[in-house]
Amino acid sequence: MIIEALYGVAVLLVLAPVAVALGATSRATPIVYGVTLVVTLMLGVIGVASLYGETGHATSVTLPLGLPWLGAHLRIDALSAFFLVVVNLGGATASLYALGYGRHEETPGRVLPFYPAYLAAMNLVVLANDAFSFLVAWEFMSLTSWALVIAHHRDQENMRAGYVYLLMASFGTLTLLLAFGLLAGAGGNYAFDAIRAAHPSAALAALVLILALIGAGSKAGVVPLHAWLPLAHPAAPSQVSALMSGVMTKVAVYGFVRIVFDLLGAPQWWWSMLVLAIGGITAAMGVLYALMQHDLKRLLAYHTVENIGIIFIGLGLALAFKAEGLEWAAALALTAALFHVFNHSVFKSLLFFGAGSVLSSTGERDMEHLGGLIHRMPQTAFVFLVGCVAISALPPLNGFVSEWLTFQAILLSPQLSSWGLKLLVPAVGALLALSAALAAACFVKAFGVTFLGRPRTEAAAKAEETDSNSLAAMVFLAALCLVAGVLPGIFLDALAPVSHALIGARMPHQAGLQWLTIVPIAESRSSYNGLLVFLFVVMSGTLAASAIHRLASDKLRRGPAWDCGYPDPSPATQYTASSFAQPIRRVYGTLVFRAREIGEMPPPGAMTPAKLHVDIRDLIWDAAYAPIANLIAVATEKLNVLQFLTIRRYLTLVFAALVLLLLVLAIWQ
Amino acid sequence: MGTLTFDVAHLLAGSLVLVSVMMLYQDRLYALLNVYALHALVLAASVAWQAFVQDAPHLYVTAAIALIFKAVIIPVALHRIIVRLGIHRQIENVVGVGPTMLLGMGLVALSMVVMLRVTTEADPLAREDLAFALSVVLLGLLMMVTRRNAVSQVVGFMSLENGLVLAATGAKGMPLVVEISVAFSVLIAFIVIGIFLFRIRERFDTVDVQALDRFRGERG
Repeated sequence: MIIEALYGVAVLLVLAPVAVALGATSRATPIVYGVTLVVTLMLGVIGVASLYGETGHATSVTLPLGLPWLGAHLRIDALSAFFLVVVNLGGATASLYALGYGRHEETPGRVLPFYPAYLAAMNLVVLANDAFSFLVAWEFMSLTSWALVIAHHRDQENMRAGYVYLLMASFGTLTLLLAFGLLAGAGGNYAFDAIRAAHPSAALAALVLILALIGAGSKAGVVPLHAWLPLAHPAAPSQVSALMSGVMTKVAVYGFVRIVFDLLGAPQWWWSMLVLAIGGITAAMGVLYALMQHDLKRLLAYHTVENIGIIFIGLGLALAFKAEGLEWAAALALTAALFHVFNHSVFKSLLFFGAGSVLSSTGERDMEHLGGLIHRMPQTAFVFLVGCVAISALPPLNGFVSEWLTFQAILLSPQLSSWGLKLLVPAVGALLALSAALAAACFVKAFGVTFLGRPRTEAAAKAEETDSNSLAAMVFLAALCLVAGVLPGIFLDALAPVSHALIGARMPHQAGLQWLTIVPIAESRSSYNGLLVFLFVVMSGTLAASAIHRLASDKLRRGPAWDCGYPDPSPATQYTASSFAQPIRRVYGTLVFRAREIGEMPPPGAMTPAKLHVDIRDLIWDAAYAPIANLIAVATEKLNVLQFLTIRRYLTLVFAALVLLLLVLAIWQ
Repeated sequence: MGTLTFDVAHLLAGSLVLVSVMMLYQDRLYALLNVYALHALVLAASVAWQAFVQDAPHLYVTAAIALIFKAVIIPVALHRIIVRLGIHRQIENVVGVGPTMLLGMGLVALSMVVMLRVTTEADPLAREDLAFALSVVLLGLLMMVTRRNAVSQVVGFMSLENGLVLAATGAKGMPLVVEISVAFSVLIAFIVIGIFLFRIRERFDTVDVQALDRFRGERG
């Protein structure tokens, strides 16, 4: 299978220069996205086949590339097969979406060459089987996505986003480099097989864990390393935003899982404390940040931070159970995390596509300038609603299943023996519950303010339904949300080989159960049946609707919205995004963001309008990023003198440095 | 190896250091060039003696290169440049002669200390040679730092390169390719710097490198 997968990647890599050659011709867009669609579909099929244990083909190969004594090791195992599916599902739907959306692109020459290269890089990260290829592919992925972030480089904000992203990406790669360096040890054998065979000491393993958490976490958007994510993800064209948010963060999760679960050997119990605490904080902070946003794409990007938190909670639980020898529970937690990886990639892509359609038909990302789009774009509104329900973790859609499974794992925490974990896990569970509830509030806001009510601007009033390709991509993803929510057993069984490879245990077989129920541990403890919930929702909904239509009028009427008896013609008087978030901002914002509301009342008799200004500070940026930036600024200011020395002074500096080093040598020897 | 061969090698390498120190206090350009020619001559002698001692005929080629290029062609060329630039009467000094000589002595002592400690296992002839070569390199650098005139900086650079050749010949088994490439790189540097000299001169009417800094408008 690996050979076929590599052919696919090679096609993507060749496509990049072809896209340059095609340039700005009108056929470039359909050709590039058409080919990526076909290739990613093929790669996705390869992933599914490998996941179901299709044998008889080579699963690993060594190419004579890269380091001469190492070569490029590539391999498909269960974990990479699963992530291959996630990457290429996202890639295929994004390509389909871009077949329509890409036509609105003003500068296709800045997007088309990097897009297939970016897809190829993500596939290579997942396929790499030695540290060198992994890091090269990882950095290639960072650079191509950076190029896509600054595709619209005339916007100063995009340039800043690209700058912050580049810094964080290099920093992340550096820590991963150190992590792999420590893993490879003094022998310096970078093949994953050799790393797996070596057993690092406890202190070294802990250091590698922390480095991996920083390196992969910064790419995934773990708080407090998330700062670049809400800047960079919205800046890219929407199909790339969907890929970055839905897929690239998952590739980062892959990196973390690969290092910590596969390469590092048996875990210590306290590792999981670290991962759990970071996961819980990330989930809660991510959703609180998201609630404060009124830029639709940025809101979605912050939500990615929250979902990464949920995934890391699942991974932390898996580590905890694995360390304590409860393999069956670890398998549940890991499967829940990986299922959430899949689910999040599906609905986050869907939501970003929806936001992209809104953007291309209205030219607006700011929710305060939208509204009433459900009348103009009914189909987009419907699929966006499906995505909102899924990400809010409401049954019967897929988001509910994976979060429910994570909660099931949290409920197993009394079986843990260490007191630290016994105390921490319920607290993390509370954070998870909080973030799930706030996420629902956040998406009521996102959907309500964007699609419901009256249009707030001319652009929103004149919006038009998006094209059929974009719609097809979104409808497919919405259907997938439903299928994964109603029939989760199929997906959980498909994940069994992954947890078997990493943990040594798997969740119970779901396939043979009656009525497509899923049972995380045993039937006596808990079970969930998506199909029954779905049928109940459909039946009660139909019943209620038909009863209302039967008993009341079934004519469609359009009347003024409820206005408290004071009809106001201005749509600006509607509930806004920030007014919707105000109660939550008052509860949490004063503490987390030091939010202050400054009201300016004009004196009696003055004709100026009253103003209400909300001041929100990003304390993480202020505490962690701003001091570093200041320090660097001061240091460069001081060193700037070196730029303007005379030639003789430069010579003197070189001479003095040489003499100084010789003196050190003379004294130290 | 008899003591005589060692002593002669020692004497020649030591004289090279001595000539380097002599260059430090030459504040007239003609005198400086003459001392540089002497420097190259001593280098040629030293390399030739090494060729004889090591029984390595290719080192004679190196010695010949040193003799022809460095002791004859380059000094003569620089001589003519100075005449054409009309700066043969200029006296230039940044740091006084006394402090410069003291610094030079310190550098020679430093290189002795470092080299003799680092290379305890090496052949004694190579050890001494390396120590002297390092002194020559450092003295060349010191000369480049303490001079203001571009021509004397070039001469400092050339004497530095002589130190490198001394080091290269002292170590046995150094292939000729390395020496030739070093020699050619110096020749090219010489040509480039010579062209630059005229360009600077055309533009600023002086070869004092401080003029460049004044022109740039930065703090000079």
